[in-house]
Amino acid sequence: MRVVVQEDAFDLGAEANAFAAADDTNGAIVTFTGVVRDLATGNLDVMEIEHYPGMTERALTKIAEEAMVRWSLGDVLVIHRHGRLVPGDRIMMVATAAPHRKDAFEAAEFLMDYLKSRAPFWKKEITGAGADWVAAKDEDEDALTRW
Amino acid sequence: MDVLYFAWVRERIGLPKERVETNAATVSDLVAELSAREDRYAAAFADVSALRVALDQELSDFDASLTGVREVAFFPPMTGG
Repeated sequence: MRVVVQEDAFDLGAEANAFAAADDTNGAIVTFTGVVRDLATGNLDVMEIEHYPGMTERALTKIAEEAMVRWSLGDVLVIHRHGRLVPGDRIMMVATAAPHRKDAFEAAEFLMDYLKSRAPFWKKEITGAGADWVAAKDEDEDALTRW
Repeated sequence: MDVLYFAWVRERIGLPKERVETNAATVSDLVAELSAREDRYAAAFADVSALRVALDQELSDFDASLTGVREVAFFPPMTGG
């Protein structure tokens, strides 16, 4: 299990390859990548991501540990960036490795659902018109009830 | 104890962290104490249903006890991923 919180970009291909190659008892590898999406109006200059150093790592580790307990997994990887990102930048990735695909898919969804509302990150969208904190969505909180 | 603020709570109060000497028994007591200080605190804490609190880096509740707590953090609902 590996949890990384960093400002720098990560190499999605290299991370996925290293993760997939680590253990040949896992028949299924699922990866999810979150990307900074431009606004519908096409004018997003910067997405600034603030976090709570210390608590972030603890919260992500706790979520990853919970996934390891609830599903039959070989390994979990979580990488999340903070700082100033631009449209098209990769914000974060999760990867799960499991003997069977159902565990890998479900655990990846669980990680994403929990990470969105339980890990202390806050997004701010900066455009030429100003800066706005992204509001949490009720549906993100509701998504936790299915687990 | 150390009190930390993040995202728009930090911006509204105007600082990321401060040392607070308090005898507040619960988080709600601390919020009332801070809100009574100055308008910028009252504005930030006007609607605590829009806020989350962490005690020693674990998510908690506004009615939780502050006994033994060293670090309190206030912030809006999280928007990671």
